Amino acid sequence: MTTQAPPKAVDGAIGFLDERFGTAGFLRGKMKKVFPDHWSFMLGEIALYSFIILLATGTFLTLWFKPSMSEVVYNGHYTKLYGVHMSEAYNSTLRISFDVRGGLLMRQIHHWAAVLFVASLTVHMLRVFFTGAYRKPREVNWLIGLGLFTLALLEGLFGYSLPDDLLSGTGLRITQGVMQSIPLVGTYLFYFAFGGDFPGHDFIPRLYTVHVLLIPGILLALVGAHFMILWHQGHTQFPGKNRAEKNVIGKPFYPVFMIKAGAFFMFTFAVIALLGTFAQINPIWLFGPYTPDAITAGSQPDYYMGFLEGALRIMPNWETNLWGHTVSWNVLVPALVPLGLIMTGAALWPFIEQWATGDKRIHHIADRPRNAPFRTAVGMTAVTFYGLLWLAGGNDVIADKFHVSLYATTWFFRVAVFVGPAIAYFVTKRICLGLQNKDADILHHGVESGVIMRLPSGEFIEVHEPARDEDKAVLTGKVPLPELAIEDEDENGIPSPSARGPLGKLRKNLNQAFTADDVPVNGHDEGHDDTGPHAEEDLQPGGVEPGGTGGSRAISHH
Amino acid sequence: MSETNETHEASSEEEERAPKRVIGTPPQVQSHDLLPSEGDGGEGSGYKLDPVKARKAERAAAFFFFLTFVAGIAFIVFYAVWPGHVGNDDIVRAMHSNYALGTSLTVIFLGMAVGMTIWVRHLMTTKEIIQERHELASPAEDRQVFNEYFLQGAEESGITKRPLLRRSLLLASAPLGLLPILLLRDLGPLPKTKLRHTSWKKGTRLVVDGTGQPLKPSDFNSPGGIITVIPEGAEDNLDELAKATVLLINVPEDQLKVKKGRENWNVGGIIAYSKICTHVGCPAALYEQTTHHILCPCHQSTFDALDGAKVIFGPAARPLPQLPLGVDSEGYLIAMSDFHEPVGPSFWERGRPKA
Repeated sequence: MTTQAPPKAVDGAIGFLDERFGTAGFLRGKMKKVFPDHWSFMLGEIALYSFIILLATGTFLTLWFKPSMSEVVYNGHYTKLYGVHMSEAYNSTLRISFDVRGGLLMRQIHHWAAVLFVASLTVHMLRVFFTGAYRKPREVNWLIGLGLFTLALLEGLFGYSLPDDLLSGTGLRITQGVMQSIPLVGTYLFYFAFGGDFPGHDFIPRLYTVHVLLIPGILLALVGAHFMILWHQGHTQFPGKNRAEKNVIGKPFYPVFMIKAGAFFMFTFAVIALLGTFAQINPIWLFGPYTPDAITAGSQPDYYMGFLEGALRIMPNWETNLWGHTVSWNVLVPALVPLGLIMTGAALWPFIEQWATGDKRIHHIADRPRNAPFRTAVGMTAVTFYGLLWLAGGNDVIADKFHVSLYATTWFFRVAVFVGPAIAYFVTKRICLGLQNKDADILHHGVESGVIMRLPSGEFIEVHEPARDEDKAVLTGKVPLPELAIEDEDENGIPSPSARGPLGKLRKNLNQAFTADDVPVNGHDEGHDDTGPHAEEDLQPGGVEPGGTGGSRAISHH
Repeated sequence: MSETNETHEASSEEEERAPKRVIGTPPQVQSHDLLPSEGDGGEGSGYKLDPVKARKAERAAAFFFFLTFVAGIAFIVFYAVWPGHVGNDDIVRAMHSNYALGTSLTVIFLGMAVGMTIWVRHLMTTKEIIQERHELASPAEDRQVFNEYFLQGAEESGITKRPLLRRSLLLASAPLGLLPILLLRDLGPLPKTKLRHTSWKKGTRLVVDGTGQPLKPSDFNSPGGIITVIPEGAEDNLDELAKATVLLINVPEDQLKVKKGRENWNVGGIIAYSKICTHVGCPAALYEQTTHHILCPCHQSTFDALDGAKVIFGPAARPLPQLPLGVDSEGYLIAMSDFHEPVGPSFWERGRPKA
């Protein structure tokens, strides 16, 4: 480092801040902070940038939107609705679309950004789950992430409900119907939320405050916490050459990562702007104002609500009437169980895994999904469950487009939501183990070189070469799970108290699920050299070289 | 933070070695044209750039930044000067305005993004570095000192040895938690029995939804016909429409399976069911004339209009409530009473008329 001072403007500003806050000392360590590189690490970034875009465009929309259910007569520029009675909310949304320059663009960008926000959160969460990046020390950030995701769903639902068009009003009606069915307090919740009967006059203004102030405020706080924790703990990295638990390899924040992130923000904004320009979304003027007695066929919520909609559609019509009280399983189960299962499961998972595997170590190296077959299989089970429910949300569309009976479609999904995840579990686990075997094979026997060699006997063989160091480092980066420290039996063959109870048994079974069939990779690949043809003894025809002899060239038949 | 940075030295052996490849992956790049080359390891240096290529990259980046500038100007011009944003020709102007502003906005960000990417990839000389992660947990000594301070402070404050102080403080704060919930009480009225009643009563005329015209059975005599009707006087009351909207269906009288006690609820095959789905309250608006099935488009609950709107398929658990019909002295269709059961989605107190 030279002792040159930066340009006067920077020097002056830093000087000013430093004398008051000690800024230079604070920033000194931060500027060179390393961020590891992998395409999948950008998914969370997309979510962050979408969120910023949402805040900006949302603020723009609030300048014209009137969250009121008072009735007005439309006299704006959209001739087809001229003279129609509608709520002020719908009226002002039409005005934003047709009478405010750039209003339609901002509305569409806002909506697309919301879609992208939830989508990128989802994929980001899947990345974190499948690579085990939620493990110690990152469990708290995982929980914050789940909170962000849940709030994002709610925020999205509330947002597209605000314009009070026929589609969103129908969505609110369903929300109200679900609310009403909650045992014991449902009718009270409904009356308190809506200020009386549905739709009433209070709900949209209340929703508005929640949508533009309460939830964004919490989201902002959680996003802040999420990033401060990320910064403090450092990002995970994938296994690779020179990479270890104790280090992090990558380019420093200043100047590389900073500009990269900036570029990526710009890309995200460009894509959303492109969508907002050319891909029509939520054309509320086609739906008309909401009235509770009208509806259109093929009503679908925004995509991220689709799995709840699907659950509502395929649930059998079970209802219990006892002592004058009604419990609507047909509404409660689909409204609460899928989301509850997935979110509760996701929240508990890091702790279940720690408990079952006894792995309390700090992990900064992310897992490759294949190296955690049970986790990956369970994850795919959840993904399949969600995906099938989501598809079921379009059972009418599927029935229509593929010319099958609607009832058959519904019945298909009723079965598939149970069978599909089970199949996904087994298939995923097998794929993972197959990939593990392939990895072990590469380590032990090397990779196919593409070189065909003819042996003196006339036989043709393909020469295998040891994998590159970089590839090997990735493969050997697999960290075996520790031995679980619960003792099954003492020296007399008596099971220990901790393993005897139902919890102990559960733990043992779970541990087995986590560790079963694992293919070890270590201890076979030391000290090879790798160029030139090898000694004659390696070129024996008719056999695959066993992996144990490290460094020798393996040959297989073809 | 005391992080140690060391330059990641690629071993020369690695450079010279013949490229190996894993089958199924593209071959390793032979040329390093696109990558900044290693510097000579001088003081503070990163990668050394090929001046010709760097110049080219700089021009490319500058081109994209310039593009952003042009698009920015275009946006301003479109916004401020172009007259075609709004007008009385339906949505064509809004569409064109959207294209003009949106395209320039997209180019603004895209140009910036591409320019910055070229900058980072081809002009930055920063090398990869290996940074040590610092231990997250504090040293044992810190924990110990914290514990000492904590216990000492608790001791000094007296909270541990003065139970009266402690307990009365807890007691004092207990009601505080309830206040915010209590304050929400006036969000809405109590439901009371409002969910059990609609504005239908004996003598209320059925009027056509939208036109407000009352109906005579003779106006509605085509078999298989269906129309949405509402109570007279409720036309502009959305709260009432959400409960009282009714499907009026003309079914063949001979096929109608009349339920016991409902013998005189239809008028010559004209029959009225609540349009509000008993599942979650969507309007069950679709009707299949040949099968006389009523279908809710939201979740596909299907009801049989001939058989008391019994559920044949889908998630709804109960039939659509039926409205008893009659004809008044002037020959118009009227309701003979309110619905005999609550309409719409189920709720906890549904089976308790007095609750």
